[in-house]
Amino acid sequence: MLSRTAANLFWMTRYLERSETTARLLDLGFRNALLPNIGGGFRTEWSAILQSKGALQEFTDKYGELKQRNIESFLFFDLDNPSSVASCITAARENARIVRTALTTQVWDAINTSFQELKALSRRERSSLEVPELTDWTLRTAALIRGSIAATQLRNDGYRFMNLGYAVERADNTARLLDVKYYVLLPSVAYVGSGLDNYQWTTLLRALSAHRAYNWAYGGELSATQIAHFLILNPKFPRSLLSCCVEVNEHLDHLARMYDRSTTAQEAARKLLGELAEAKMADVFDEGLHEFLSRMIYENGRLAGCIVDQYLTGEAR
Amino acid sequence: MAEQYFNEMYDGQGLRAPYQMLEGWYQNMPAEIRAVKQAEAEGLFRRYGITFAVYGEGGDPDRLIPFDMFPRVFTSDEWRKLERGIKQRARALNAFLSDVYDRGEIIRAGRIPADLVYRNEAYEIAVAGFRPPLGIFSHIVGIDLVRTGADQFYVLEDNCRTPSGVSYMLENREVMMRMFPHLFQENRVAPVDGYARLLKRTLDSVAPEKCERDPKVVLLTPGHYNSAYYEHSFLADLMGIELVEGQDLFVEGDFCWMRTTEGPQKVDVIYRRIDDAFLDPLCFRPDSALGVPGLMNVYRSGGVTICSAPGAGVADDKAIYTYVPEMVRFYLGEAPILENVPTWQCAKPDELKYVQENIADLVIKEVHGSGGYGMLVGPKSDKATIETFAAKLAANPSNYIAQPTLALSTCPTFVEEGIAPRHVDLRPYCLVGRDIELVPGALTRVALTEGSLVVNSSQGGGVKDTWVIAEE
Repeated sequence: MLSRTAANLFWMTRYLERSETTARLLDLGFRNALLPNIGGGFRTEWSAILQSKGALQEFTDKYGELKQRNIESFLFFDLDNPSSVASCITAARENARIVRTALTTQVWDAINTSFQELKALSRRERSSLEVPELTDWTLRTAALIRGSIAATQLRNDGYRFMNLGYAVERADNTARLLDVKYYVLLPSVAYVGSGLDNYQWTTLLRALSAHRAYNWAYGGELSATQIAHFLILNPKFPRSLLSCCVEVNEHLDHLARMYDRSTTAQEAARKLLGELAEAKMADVFDEGLHEFLSRMIYENGRLAGCIVDQYLTGEAR
Repeated sequence: MAEQYFNEMYDGQGLRAPYQMLEGWYQNMPAEIRAVKQAEAEGLFRRYGITFAVYGEGGDPDRLIPFDMFPRVFTSDEWRKLERGIKQRARALNAFLSDVYDRGEIIRAGRIPADLVYRNEAYEIAVAGFRPPLGIFSHIVGIDLVRTGADQFYVLEDNCRTPSGVSYMLENREVMMRMFPHLFQENRVAPVDGYARLLKRTLDSVAPEKCERDPKVVLLTPGHYNSAYYEHSFLADLMGIELVEGQDLFVEGDFCWMRTTEGPQKVDVIYRRIDDAFLDPLCFRPDSALGVPGLMNVYRSGGVTICSAPGAGVADDKAIYTYVPEMVRFYLGEAPILENVPTWQCAKPDELKYVQENIADLVIKEVHGSGGYGMLVGPKSDKATIETFAAKLAANPSNYIAQPTLALSTCPTFVEEGIAPRHVDLRPYCLVGRDIELVPGALTRVALTEGSLVVNSSQGGGVKDTWVIAEE
């Protein structure tokens, strides 16, 4: 297929996944802000969340003080913020529009409808919109699009590129969310194991729609090590780094078979999978969780770069 | 007023034959059902994504072209004559093109002034002396026709470059068949859905001689911001070919390549929907980012075929138009089946004088204009407009031609109060490759405003499904 078409599909799903993560972050911040005021209160919480998106400076330049309404607008509606839900859905729809013929009617309908609904939402009185409604809408929309893709798209190369986009973006997003909680959110080390700490962990799990799943998997006790294990190394949790990496490998292998050609992208993906499949939590903590996550974000980015070079420029022979 | 125009449904004596089968249909349709159907049609068009952006108007980029559900009907006899005339004209235009880029016999014979051809802006010096595969320059010829009587059709203009609108011909039919299946069960309407297959066959047939396998055909679009992008993607999809932008192609060695996920892939035929000027920045406009650098070199060395060929525009220029009947006689030795609208060349002093004296009764157009812009409809304009235009005409007469205001035929059209006659024109799409093909159908454009003669979609025109009754 045309490299540009593959690129549009790849970016379409990356943007969709990103819109979902932004909504999850918004939910995380909203729930944290409901917490009794300890250690700087919601200001710290929200600034941590903006920081994780690398958008704190941008926000303060535009809005000044950290007011919750403004943060909601910034994360959901603001088209100046490239990772706001509205920006991501608009970009995803634009990518989809360009490659309409590579999508089934159902997938296009789902994406286009979400865009129309978004426009309707942004016309509504802001005070009539609560965060849970916005985040629920985003997650529901994301699920609808994902479901349409799974149910109707041909299992051809286009399908592989869509799923690569999802998996690569999701790995990045999980790593970032975990990093926010572990590295940024807690005001000081003194709070580790405190009620605040536990509350934040629960909130993180909730934001990842993994609260109950965690309880089933680990027997209900919260511990940083187990939660980190859940989000990084647990092959059963669909958002864990390992799961994402397995998926990337699977789709790249399909491409290699389909095209009868292996590339450096397969090598990079296999190397990363090898590491994650062998890793123990002790290794991760030895390296330092923050350092480990930063490295994963970097490796994952490099892998995405390989996919771009090998398939999306059309120059690799 | 009403008798002044030929009414395609009522000719004064009663219902004309092709429309008799529709009588029961529209008379038995209650207003509320009609409204429901109209909304359904709109929903279908929006769903398919058939929208039309008007250049420079801003506003809603997802605007729909209004669709009128009342079909326009031709008998097979009427169509047979049109078909012969259209194919004849398409052959003559191609013969003219391959002549003027070769020896120029028609000019040597004194049938067309040399200046009109060789100093024409659309004459492309870069392809002079080059013979494209099968000698064909214009592979898709759109011929705009108007009707003024039961047997009287005039050619308004020819489109030899990249005529657009064929997707409406196909989708209008699709929508009508979904909404009123019984009409098609009860009547013998000739199908048009073979168009894409014929177009693909036409493009395949002009692959370069160097191509030794199944030709790889692509459709080159300026991109998704173009107002006709929907049509580009629609046609590519129907033909099962890649829809590419300039950035997807590159030139290496003697060939043109496409960037794919499996590496570079050779391209043999490019159905381009971008203008000559943007095709190759090394040959034409250096600032064009839409084209492919080096493409013209590959083209001239026979590595790739470009459809329509660069330079094809010289045949559809409004100043050349006057000579098309002459081309038919000169190249084919036949009498022209379709007539031209009488045209005055303002470049000629005596004809200019006539135009200036009768300006209030004429339609005056720019030689290179399109889309209904930059024209004066004398009888429909007030004095001030006419005077302003007269000054422009006097300043640069060779930029204009003039034609009588034609009594465009009308077709029944659904309006608020029921059914009313509205003016229509007709654009069939003739395909020229190894064979010359014409599907039994066309795009009918309708001026939805009462009394208006301007059918352009950019100025409030709509479209209709166009039926040809199949032969027994």
